[in-house]
Amino acid sequence: MIAPFYKFDLFSEEFSFIIAFLIGIGFGFFLERAGFGSAKKLASQFYFTDLAVFKVMFTAIVTAMIGVYYLSIIGILDYNLIYRNETFLVPQIVGGLILGFGFIIGGYCPGTSLVAASTGKLDGLFFLFGVIAGTFGLSLIFPIIEPFYYSTAIGKLNLSDVLLIPYGILVFAVVLMALAGFIAAEWAEKRFTQKTIEVKDEKN
Amino acid sequence: MEKTKNNGHIYLSPKPYSNPYLAGIGLGLVLLATFVIMGRGLGASGAFSASLAALVNTIDAEFAHNNAFYQSYLEGNSNPLRDWLVFEVLGVLFGGFISGILAGRVKYGIERGPNFTDKKRLLFAFLGGSLMGIGAKLARGCTSGQALTGGALLNFGSWAFMLSVFAGAYMLAYFLRRQWR
Repeated sequence: MIAPFYKFDLFSEEFSFIIAFLIGIGFGFFLERAGFGSAKKLASQFYFTDLAVFKVMFTAIVTAMIGVYYLSIIGILDYNLIYRNETFLVPQIVGGLILGFGFIIGGYCPGTSLVAASTGKLDGLFFLFGVIAGTFGLSLIFPIIEPFYYSTAIGKLNLSDVLLIPYGILVFAVVLMALAGFIAAEWAEKRFTQKTIEVKDEKN
Repeated sequence: MEKTKNNGHIYLSPKPYSNPYLAGIGLGLVLLATFVIMGRGLGASGAFSASLAALVNTIDAEFAHNNAFYQSYLEGNSNPLRDWLVFEVLGVLFGGFISGILAGRVKYGIERGPNFTDKKRLLFAFLGGSLMGIGAKLARGCTSGQALTGGALLNFGSWAFMLSVFAGAYMLAYFLRRQWR
C-alpha cells in the first residue's frame, strides 16, 4: 500500500493546498465541459428533456468506484484510509430533500454555482450568496436543531454492510445498474423531447 | 470556434458541450486522483461554511467562538481559510473559467426560461441557494461531497442522501416549470 499518498506523509499540508487548487481546476473544468455552468441545462434533468446530470454524475461515480476497487485489490490504495463521512440517516435524508428543493428552485448546487459565476452568470452569483446566507441563517438556530443534527447516528457504514453484499459484487451491481440507467435515460430523452416539441406545435 | 457574421458584427458562437459520458469519465478520474493523492474526496459546501466562519469571526470573534456551529471551524486558533476545500474551490472557479474561455462560453447573462423575469430569477436563485446552504449542512455535504464522493465510496448515508436530492427536486419540478421552460 502506497496510497493515499498524503496519509503516508509523502508531502506537507502546505503542499496539499497547491494540490487542492490543481484538483479544483480539474473539477471545475469538467463541470463546465459537461454544461453544468448552465442552470437551464441542469434543470432539464427534472423535466426529462436532458438527463446530462444523471449521466455525468453516474459515469463519474462508476469511474471513481471501479478505480478505488481495482487499486485496492492490487494493493496500491488502502480504502480504509480514505476519509468517509459518518452516517446520520434522518438529518441526511431531510437535508437531501431540502437540497433537492433548492436545486430546482435555484437551478444550481454549490459546486456548479461556482462554475456558473466564473463564466459570467449573474444567477450563479446570486445562488452563491444564497448558500452563504442560508448557512448563516442555520448557524443562528443551530443550538435549537443540534439534537436533530446529531440524531440517528449510525457511524461509518458502507452499502455492502447494509445490503450484506461483498464489496466486489456490489461494485459490479452498481455498474450494471448505471448501464441500465444510461439506456433508460437515452430512451426518456428522446421520448420527452419529442413530446415537448409536439406540445409547442399544438400551441402554435 | 466558429465565427458568424451578423449585421457587420462578428460573434464567436460557443462550442457545444462535451459528450456527458466523456465529461463524466473526466470528472471520475479527477475524483479518483483525489482519493489516491489526498485520501479524501471532492467538496464545495464545506468551503462556503469555512469562508462564512472566517467572515463571522472577523466581524464578531466573541459571537463566533460562542456558537457551536462556528466552533468546529475555529478550533486550534488556526485561520478557517486554511482549509483544503477553500483552495479546491478557488481552483473550481479558475478551472470553470478556463474551460468556458476555451469554448467561447464565458458570457454575462441570467439563465432562465423565456416566460420568466430576470428579477424573479435572481430572487429564486438566492432562495434556492439559501435552501442548499441549510440542506448541505444538515446532510454534511452537498452533491460534490456526499453524492459524488460518498457515492463512489459506496457510503450508505451518501446514497440515501443522493436519492433524497433527486426525490426533492422531482417533487417540486412541476410547480417551477415556468422558471425554466
